[in-house]
Amino acid sequence: MLAVRDNRDKRAFGKLFDHFGPRLKGVAMRSGLSSGQAEDMVQDVMLTLWRKAHLFDPTRAQVSSWLYQIARNRQIDILRKENRPMPEALKAESETTEENAADTLALDQEVNALKLALAKLKPAQREMVEKAYLGELSHTDIEAETGLPLGTIKSRIRLGLEKLRHELDGIRKS
Amino acid sequence: MTIKHHIPDALMLEYASGRMAEPFALVVAAHVSLCDECRARLTAHEVAGGAVMEAHEGCELSGGLRDNVMAMLDDSVEDTPVYERSSIFPAPVMEALKGRPPTWKPLGRGVRQSILSHGKSGSVRLLYIPPGLEMPDHSHGGLELTLVLQGAFSDEGGRFGVGDVEVADDDVEHKPVAAKGEACICLAATDAALKFNAFIPKLFQPIFRI
Repeated sequence: MLAVRDNRDKRAFGKLFDHFGPRLKGVAMRSGLSSGQAEDMVQDVMLTLWRKAHLFDPTRAQVSSWLYQIARNRQIDILRKENRPMPEALKAESETTEENAADTLALDQEVNALKLALAKLKPAQREMVEKAYLGELSHTDIEAETGLPLGTIKSRIRLGLEKLRHELDGIRKS
Repeated sequence: MTIKHHIPDALMLEYASGRMAEPFALVVAAHVSLCDECRARLTAHEVAGGAVMEAHEGCELSGGLRDNVMAMLDDSVEDTPVYERSSIFPAPVMEALKGRPPTWKPLGRGVRQSILSHGKSGSVRLLYIPPGLEMPDHSHGGLELTLVLQGAFSDEGGRFGVGDVEVADDDVEHKPVAAKGEACICLAATDAALKFNAFIPKLFQPIFRI
């Protein structure tokens, strides 16, 4: 992803397309899109990734979580003709803030632990988690405990945000 | 700004998954804009959502799709407008206002509202409550999310200052009182008409869309 962001590397983009394209389509079809609609969505989502790559910050997001967010937006647009209001973007263009390789690695490790935990869930629990994240459950049907270690990831991202705020304050003052 | 009242986790996940109706999603997006704790929680849910998507069974793509997408990489695209925070209104609220200041309509006793959207899935509005004013008792048929953007109010659930969200469920009757000092401005989403027990006769409700 960094090659896509920093060098506009089309081959690297092609690899991301091959990895995520079919999965994006699978998820879209599960939510009731036709094969054609699902492929339109894959196209839009992957082009958004390419065009907004400069906003990608590996210390605060993963490619998969970013694509998930973009894909959910597109799906709401297609299925409900609604725009999902999005939080204010943090002004963190890559040239203004320093990325810390240790932070990126730490987040990657937490995310690997999460993937492992997801794979180890009992089938009923995993089904519940899938339904919740793929928009099939309303808040009244979502169980408080998903069985996933999200607390550690949250703390990691929270630390990253604090650092970013600090850096942004520094930029403002200088 | 110390935020004490956050978005409950089930609602945050409903927002992350895209399931949440637009009026409530606006309140969540506005709160996350003001609250790093909830921004981190939302991002953690998106990481989990990404993991679920990545583990999901794939579906073969048609032969030409990859080439089409690769050929479109150099196309120029029109920029979509990006709204920025303006005074007390976070960017998503400015987007709902289309960049213009709110148009306030009086509701009586100095209370004003500006409806941002109203539809089948609920409605969302800005409310202006003069300092010290006690709002009448009201209950509602469904979920109500209220985010404070200026001033503060108190009710049975505690004190709510700038950035705080109050979540009210079915049949909660509450009597918010705006704090003295500054007028209280809130962003409020409801999925059903509010029922005021006094002060605005039911007859007028369709006109005011409360």
